[in-house]
Amino acid sequence: MVIDLDKCTGCQACVVACRQENNIPFVGEKQAKLGRATFWMNLVSEVKGTYPNVEMHFFPMPCMQCDHPPCTIVCPVAATYKNPEGIVAQVYPRCIGVRMCISNCPYTVRYFNWHAPSWPPEYKKGLNPDVFRRRKGITEKCNFCIQRIRRAKERVKKEKRRIRDGEVIPACVETCPSEALYFGDLNDPKSRVSKLSKSRRAFRLLEDLATEPKVFYLREGDWQDGQ
Amino acid sequence: MDSETIARKYHPILEPLTRAGCPFWITVIPLSIIFLWSFFAFGWQYDRGLGVTGMGHPMSWTLYLVNFVFFIGISHAGTLISAILRITNAGWRTPITRAAEMVTVFALAAGPTNILFDLGRSTRFYWVGLHAQFKSPLLWDFTCIMTYFATSVVFLYVLMIPDIAILRDRFPGRRRVYEILSLGWSGTERQERILKKVSAFLCIAVIPIAVSVHTVVSWVFGMQTQPMWHSTIFGPYFVVGAIYSGIATIILVAAILRKVYHLEQYLQPLHFNNMGLLLLTMSLLWFYFTFAEYLTTLYGGGIHELAVFWVKMVGKYSVMFWLMVLFCFIIPFPILALKRTRTILGTSIASISILIGMWLERYLIIIPTLSEPRLPYERGAYMPSWVEWSMMAGLSAGFILAIVLFSKFFPVISIWEMEKEGKEKILMTNVK
Repeated sequence: MVIDLDKCTGCQACVVACRQENNIPFVGEKQAKLGRATFWMNLVSEVKGTYPNVEMHFFPMPCMQCDHPPCTIVCPVAATYKNPEGIVAQVYPRCIGVRMCISNCPYTVRYFNWHAPSWPPEYKKGLNPDVFRRRKGITEKCNFCIQRIRRAKERVKKEKRRIRDGEVIPACVETCPSEALYFGDLNDPKSRVSKLSKSRRAFRLLEDLATEPKVFYLREGDWQDGQ
Repeated sequence: MDSETIARKYHPILEPLTRAGCPFWITVIPLSIIFLWSFFAFGWQYDRGLGVTGMGHPMSWTLYLVNFVFFIGISHAGTLISAILRITNAGWRTPITRAAEMVTVFALAAGPTNILFDLGRSTRFYWVGLHAQFKSPLLWDFTCIMTYFATSVVFLYVLMIPDIAILRDRFPGRRRVYEILSLGWSGTERQERILKKVSAFLCIAVIPIAVSVHTVVSWVFGMQTQPMWHSTIFGPYFVVGAIYSGIATIILVAAILRKVYHLEQYLQPLHFNNMGLLLLTMSLLWFYFTFAEYLTTLYGGGIHELAVFWVKMVGKYSVMFWLMVLFCFIIPFPILALKRTRTILGTSIASISILIGMWLERYLIIIPTLSEPRLPYERGAYMPSWVEWSMMAGLSAGFILAIVLFSKFFPVISIWEMEKEGKEKILMTNVK
């Protein structure tokens, strides 16, 4: 995934789309203040400077899907693993809620079900049937809408072809009105994301930890680059 | 010597087993209530989910883990000290070893229970064994703790067999239980030879196991990439801290048992003086490790490490940090260093101070790191809820209760070893 920070307007549509797609429960304001809110896709904002020279910076934060994930090795029951496509997946029925993966995630993008998940009654009809509904006491995280990828794989297998670049995208990428998010195969040198990830503006979070994140950000304000 | 004369000779040791007076019930009833209350609290938490605790994002490991490390720490000194003193043949150890071994077993039962509270799905704890993932430090932890627990129970039990045999002859009412437990001990030469062999083996086996346990407990944190956890010093640092708090617990338990059961003639000031000296050594070691750990962080630490460092030194955890230094070093060190204050009362006060300080130390190792993660977007604040306090109170009550009940069914001082030592002393004087 590539996220162009220059294009991000901070509208939070990605957060809402992710919530809708992945059946992320509602906890309410009170619980959210205690840190029980779940954001597979989170938008963190940073305010720089004081009035009148204020700068707002936005940072969409999905799971970084590290190539060397620190979270998977510490799980005592192997409830989380890096799948062959490189996505760090969570096996919900296997998770026993040790939360060591949460504490070892340097990006703090793993979330725990502190209570049994709940939704407003009118919302329940809209729950996505493709997504496993979690229970209390287990960990969950962004998985780049793995259900969409699986669907697409099944389809192309039937049609006996490979997935085209841009054929399958997660909900956040699909919804972004300013098209700041890109999704594709980083291993394919011809793909859009692969090209963007080699841009001069590209950087990754906490690269010094050697976790090799697969989410690339494109720095703001470097207009000459052209990519 | 027959059991009658032994029983008469060691009357004060056997006395507490014979009756349960008013003070016993005054202690046991409130402790049982607190203990049972924690079951209610656990049920509440099990039903509602971990949301009833004060935990949240990113504070995912909190009071339960603090208590886990603390109790495992306490468990440390017991068997380890007992084994080391046995191997080095320190004569003064005899009246203290049983109490030490007993503390180990019960603290080891209490420690890992915290993990059970902490799990999102407590009833699935055995999956750690069933679906083992060998790269996880938690699996190493599980393995080491279980091994240590099993060894400690065997250690306590094996060295109690001759005493149980005395009890079997003395208490007809409980005869059936003691008869099974005594394994038909009659003090024959062959049995004594086996006992000697087994205990020598256990003494040596238990030392590496004990060291491994707390090292691995530290690795649960040390293996993670988080600031101020990812430290190579953590293994020995935790072991030192564990022995430190463990010896303090033994001193405290011994002092209380001495007072309550009138064991003045066995637990003498000499024992407290010697244990106090051990504690003094550990207090210096603790200070050295703490100093080394924090100075290295300050000198060469990156921004993430320093964020945690400063929050401990001058930030929101500074009160706790300096209290820890006060309780762990500034109060106990002079008490233990001066011969005049290294009395039973002095060492007991120092021990209480150390236990408070070491609990704070565990708290300060775990909580600030989680509240200051690397990315500056998530900041945590943590306050334990009533459920967590209840569990902590219940666990402590259960720990004390176990010691009290144990002391009512088994002698807290090893009679056969006292007897053996007495005989050897007579032999030595005769030779001279």
